[in-house]
Amino acid sequence: MKAKQRFIVAVIILALLMTGPFVVTSLLVWLDMREAERNLLTQLLLSRLPVGTMMTVFGFGIGVMVLHKLFKQYVEGLLRMAETLRLMLGANRNFRVTPEGPPEVQQLARAANDLAQQRDVLMDDVDAQISRAKASVEEEKNRLAALMSELAQAVVVCNLDGRILLYNNRARLQFKALAQGPTSVSGGALIGLGRSIFSILEKNQVEHAQEVILQRLSAGKTAISNFITTTRGGQLLRAQMVPVRAATQEAGEAAMSGYVLTVENITRSIEQEARRDQVLHSLTEGSRSALGNIRAAVANLIDYPDMETDLRERFVNVVGDEVAKMSQSLDQTMVEFSDSMKTRWPLEDVLGIDIIAAAQRRIDEKLQLPTKTEELDDALWIKADSFSLVFALVFLAARLQDHYETRELRFRLTSEGKLAYLDLIWAGPTMSSETFYTWEMESMQIGTETTPMTLRDVIDRHGGEIWYQREKAAHRAFFRFVLPVATPEIEQEHDDRKRGANRPEYYDFDLFNFADKSIDLDRKLSELTYTVFDTETTGLEPSNGDEIIQIGAARIVNNRLLRQEVFDQIIDPEIPLKLASIPIHGITEEMVRGKPTIDVVLPSFYEFCEDTVLIAHNAAFDMRFLQLKEARTGIKFSQPVLDTLLLSAVVHPNQESHKLDVILERLGIVIETRHNALEDSLATAAVFLKLIPMLEEMGITTVRQALEASAKTYFARVKY
Amino acid sequence: MAKKILIVDDEPNIVISLEFLMKKEGFEIAVANDGDEALVKVASFKPDLILLDVMMPKKSGFEVCEALRADPAHAGLQIVMLTAKGRDTEVAKGLAIGADAYVTKPFSTKDLVVKVKAMLGIS
Repeated sequence: MKAKQRFIVAVIILALLMTGPFVVTSLLVWLDMREAERNLLTQLLLSRLPVGTMMTVFGFGIGVMVLHKLFKQYVEGLLRMAETLRLMLGANRNFRVTPEGPPEVQQLARAANDLAQQRDVLMDDVDAQISRAKASVEEEKNRLAALMSELAQAVVVCNLDGRILLYNNRARLQFKALAQGPTSVSGGALIGLGRSIFSILEKNQVEHAQEVILQRLSAGKTAISNFITTTRGGQLLRAQMVPVRAATQEAGEAAMSGYVLTVENITRSIEQEARRDQVLHSLTEGSRSALGNIRAAVANLIDYPDMETDLRERFVNVVGDEVAKMSQSLDQTMVEFSDSMKTRWPLEDVLGIDIIAAAQRRIDEKLQLPTKTEELDDALWIKADSFSLVFALVFLAARLQDHYETRELRFRLTSEGKLAYLDLIWAGPTMSSETFYTWEMESMQIGTETTPMTLRDVIDRHGGEIWYQREKAAHRAFFRFVLPVATPEIEQEHDDRKRGANRPEYYDFDLFNFADKSIDLDRKLSELTYTVFDTETTGLEPSNGDEIIQIGAARIVNNRLLRQEVFDQIIDPEIPLKLASIPIHGITEEMVRGKPTIDVVLPSFYEFCEDTVLIAHNAAFDMRFLQLKEARTGIKFSQPVLDTLLLSAVVHPNQESHKLDVILERLGIVIETRHNALEDSLATAAVFLKLIPMLEEMGITTVRQALEASAKTYFARVKY
Repeated sequence: MAKKILIVDDEPNIVISLEFLMKKEGFEIAVANDGDEALVKVASFKPDLILLDVMMPKKSGFEVCEALRADPAHAGLQIVMLTAKGRDTEVAKGLAIGADAYVTKPFSTKDLVVKVKAMLGIS
């Protein structure tokens, strides 16, 4: 429009330029003339006016055409170019200006194209650098996570709000073991990304440790803080805190953005410590009284040798009586506290067969001596320092090979009560006890490998014993290592492996910026923490007495489905199952009987859902079941609930079916097994994660908007 | 007149020795087997000195000592605490609540006799 106006102005100016000078000149000449001259001129001009006018109009026409042409080329052409340049700037980077029009404009176009080319190269370079940097950060993260997951200590990293950003497998197992109290049937529900550490550790103590660290930081000291805390189940935990320093830190300012906690369950060692104290006490204080009685009686016997016989006999009886009591109490102490009186060398819990396997490998490598195994108790855990124990076994094997040219060794592992017997068996001549004694007391050597330790040292370190024994009937002999049996604190578990072959998702550093803990409906959908759940029930009519028989749930934190942090519980409905429903959920009578009831499960499920938005497919159905239990359990699920069925209807309003199977297919999600509460909740979670970007495209970015949009579709559906 | 000593201990094996020893040294002896009996005997027997065990059923030696010291009638009574508890803290407590001496088991009977005599002003 503007250009057009300018064109009109230019045409008017052209017209003025073509007529103006002539008119003005004529006017000046006219004013200068006398009457007669004016008449003459009028006559002369009037007769030639048509020619002049024609020439002027013709000239004007040509002028307008030239002007128009110039305008087209320079003004409109440039405007067009500006538009394409804008296009190149934004929507389509690869677009280029076509050089057209006059040479100057073409040159400009080419220069612009060159600039665009240069920019593209730079941008590609920047992109490449960014993705390289991202990849290396990702790799570092993975490396760190891998490192952490292999650590033998329980490690938890939290942000300043106490939200868990990272934890390792050890922490998961440790806290799972803690959670196995009566309050929770879900096991590891307490630990989880984005969850609060304060559900495990005392909040005041953690905050105090934080303060200590800040003080130490500002004083320029090593920032570290220790504390001991008790869990709800009465377990003692020793925690050590070190700060995660804020990345953007001004000089001299003490700032931390989070902390790393290493947590150790010291209940057992404290108990052992206490038992040790008890032993010490019973051996010292406990003996005082008896010794006092004996000493007084003996002193009397010595000081008054001529006392009457019956009195004398009474004093002797006192001595006999007290000595007998002391012996008895000593025996009892030894029996009760034998474990605590072992040496304090740090021993670890190891599977006996692992020790044997390691020894076999080493014997084969070092001595090329074949080994076999006989009876092996493969579930036997022993307390051992595996390095020195394996060294001792290989040392004995080497000695046997040197002295008796033994050609084959066998291992046997059995147990009796608190003692494990690890036998090294060979066939050969009788061995003298002197030989074995020398072997026991000399510094051990295997080929070129030496250690100042003797076999006896290794045995003492384990609080064990070793002896040589012959099996006459079989013409063979064995060395028997007697070692303490261990009761491993945490059983190794395998059920996690099947849940996705991916590496466990134990970390999420983005949570460093995750400050808010309550559910803010105006936060972005992709930023919130969700519990996606599903229930299996005895039937479809909650108000007619149907009950929940299984709850499965998974968590979504920071747009990620955490397959490791799940809730999976079968529930005893306390009513018979309906035959018709069994093929659907695959849960049978035997599976539910003896399982916890809803009164036990619901509180722990509630704990699992704390501070999260709930998601379910056809949520109204599941929520109805939960609500019907409100009166009985006093537990109210009041958090916002999103329904993937409704959200799917929001995204695809023209599709007929919004059944979970159909949606899965529509969104291209492949799930192996279905119709198990946990599997279905994982499927629902996958659907929700796919729906988030689709909703965002529609301008639905917050939970509030999602709830509003769901309500609309819901009402829309109800109207039909 | 012979000085009177009350032996308070629930363990007969020490009572027999103490009783024998103190009788030999010429003291008049009475025995109580627990804290309550001790308080009764103090009132009836009116001892000059009491050998008091700490660990006893019903009333501990500490309680008996406190009860005796709370009663001005027994201001002149000498209290020797005998105990199998050898910790400094307990010795301090015994002396703090009014025991005149604190003897830890096992003890030398000779030393005890010397101590008792000194406390009763017998050389």
